[in-house]
Amino acid sequence: MNENKKTGNKFTKWFGRTSDTNLLLTITIVVFFLMYIGAIVFQGQGFLKPQTFFNILNANAALIITSVGLSIVMICGGIDISVGGVVALVSMSCAVYLDFHNGSILGAIGIALAIGLVFGMVQGFLVAYLDIQPFIVTLAGMFFARGMTTIVHTAPFNVENEAFVQLKDTRVIVPGFGSYNKLGNYVNAYVEIGVIVAVLVVITFFIILRWTKLGRSFYAVGGNAQSALMLGINVKRTRFLSHLICGVLAGIAGFVYFMHVGSGSASHASGMEMNAIASSIIGGTMLTGGVGNIIGTFFGVLSLSTIQNIVSSAGLDQAWWTGITIAAMLCIFLVVQSVVIANKKKMLTK
Amino acid sequence: MASTKTKKFTFNKQLLIPLAAIVALALFNLVVDPSFFKVTLGTNSAGNPVLSGYLITILDYGSELAILAIGMTLVTAASGGQDISVGATIAIAGSVILKVLCGNNSRPETLQAPIIVAFLVACVVAMLFGAFNGILVAYFKIQPMVATLILFTAGRSIAAWINNNELPIISEPSFGYFGGYIPGIPIPTPFFIALVCVIVIMLVLKFTTLGLYTQSVGINGSSSRLNGINPQFIKFLTFVILGLCVAVAGLIKVSRLSTINYSVIAKDIEMDAILAVALGGNALSGGKFNMTASILGAYVIQFLTTTLYKMNVNSEALSAYKAVVVIVLVVLSTPVVRKELSKLFAKKSSKQAVKEVA
Repeated sequence: MNENKKTGNKFTKWFGRTSDTNLLLTITIVVFFLMYIGAIVFQGQGFLKPQTFFNILNANAALIITSVGLSIVMICGGIDISVGGVVALVSMSCAVYLDFHNGSILGAIGIALAIGLVFGMVQGFLVAYLDIQPFIVTLAGMFFARGMTTIVHTAPFNVENEAFVQLKDTRVIVPGFGSYNKLGNYVNAYVEIGVIVAVLVVITFFIILRWTKLGRSFYAVGGNAQSALMLGINVKRTRFLSHLICGVLAGIAGFVYFMHVGSGSASHASGMEMNAIASSIIGGTMLTGGVGNIIGTFFGVLSLSTIQNIVSSAGLDQAWWTGITIAAMLCIFLVVQSVVIANKKKMLTK
Repeated sequence: MASTKTKKFTFNKQLLIPLAAIVALALFNLVVDPSFFKVTLGTNSAGNPVLSGYLITILDYGSELAILAIGMTLVTAASGGQDISVGATIAIAGSVILKVLCGNNSRPETLQAPIIVAFLVACVVAMLFGAFNGILVAYFKIQPMVATLILFTAGRSIAAWINNNELPIISEPSFGYFGGYIPGIPIPTPFFIALVCVIVIMLVLKFTTLGLYTQSVGINGSSSRLNGINPQFIKFLTFVILGLCVAVAGLIKVSRLSTINYSVIAKDIEMDAILAVALGGNALSGGKFNMTASILGAYVIQFLTTTLYKMNVNSEALSAYKAVVVIVLVVLSTPVVRKELSKLFAKKSSKQAVKEVA
């Protein structure tokens, strides 16, 4: 072991010492920048405009928020596949409330948070205190949310509530970024309100996971529940809280999604849970628990959507190419992760 | 001898959950509307005698699920995870069958190849995709749900790509036999196909070491390796077997419609298949399994679905009711609740005993 340290160069030293979390995070960020640079080189000017980047954020603010929630559950060793259904239910309920009952924006936000809270609490209770497998519980949660969405209202419709439309069209200008359009006028880059919410969520939970007792206990429980219990961590309460946070974040994401699309439909956010899981994994969270990072998740979402953008701007319009490329990317990431971790274990045991 | 065997059979605790669910559902239907159990013999549009009734529907449409549950149980037991790509792989298998049968013409007058050839090709393709999942899980040590997420995202796209996004329609009536009725036999064919699959797997479990090895790998992979079992190969093998089950289910699915809809075919069936395993009382974290319970679990789910349909529940809202029933069943079967319940019963019976003594 000592000899190896002496003879090994700087990189292997760093490689051996760094934690799994940081290692996977580094891979993700490097790959994202390589991909974006590749897109600029091969696809030309479109990706050079700041607005292209901010549009990716605009379209994926809700996905970022759900992925953060999912990462926390996954770090804690669980899984939540109900988030897509919750997002659809929230947007449909808010749409019905605003349009048919002439509700206020604040009321709609309240509904969104309440739905998220209820889902998080019930699922968390079933998983943590009744010891049912999280997959089954949240699977039922997903079925329930999707079914409820059609019970609330069946046909898709656009919301025309004035206050809401105003909120939906609010653009926040990003100072310092902008580009010249075809007429030669300088146009400022903008983001929607949802992006600001998403960034706040990412920063908040990054801090919580890194520096608070609760955050560290998520890692402890996910890494090894038995040892966590012996360290005096309330494992059941921690599991419950992870699902609760995920549920509330899904509620917030539902409202952000609703602000982006401005309509209610039963088919909204279909497959979102799988995209969120994929983003978390690409961002270096492991489903076995104990390993993960919120910043990585953020870059995971960006990588996923950049790939989608590259595919659609490369003229491969046929719908199937998106699915196949995302899957191929996921495959490569997973194999790289597994090989890197296996190699590291070998190096450490040498 | 026979009596002791049946006694053992009924007192198998694991079978109790799906059987109790079936009894509960049957009682519910009996109370609400006894006509649920009516089975009538009529003739279909082709003039063949067919049995119809809700019970027949359950046997008919539960078949694909039962076939998938076989493979899913093995995968769950060996790897402690589930395959969520079965729906997408069914789309691929169906697409392959249609491609082989139709060739490049999407509305063929005559079939381009015998059905059996198309089926065998689909089997090989589905087993290859199963092997892909198996390699990721067994040799790259990726969690099953994550590894199969890859095909879950890509599967339907691949299925559309195989047939160039066209929707071939087969007019040959004999192709419809697999998902409908064989002339002269009033019982739906999928039930027979499921029956054959069940018999085959029961024989395999009885006469080979597959079941034993699968369970030992699921319970403790490293100690099975020390005992001379290759855990990686066993995991790989279960995924390949699931691939075969998927191909059979795919044949039934496309035969029902004689065509395919890539985004809708076998949608959410992976969830139902996993539920079947869970309702059968098998631990989703791997280890011991009971095949009969899983297969019963599959029919419980179809029983539930049919009951809800009969009560005029909107097909899109169906999932909400299903979710509630599933949660109730699962909550009742958790050790915590069961302990409390048995305490409650114990109190009651001890009180009764006291009364009787008095």
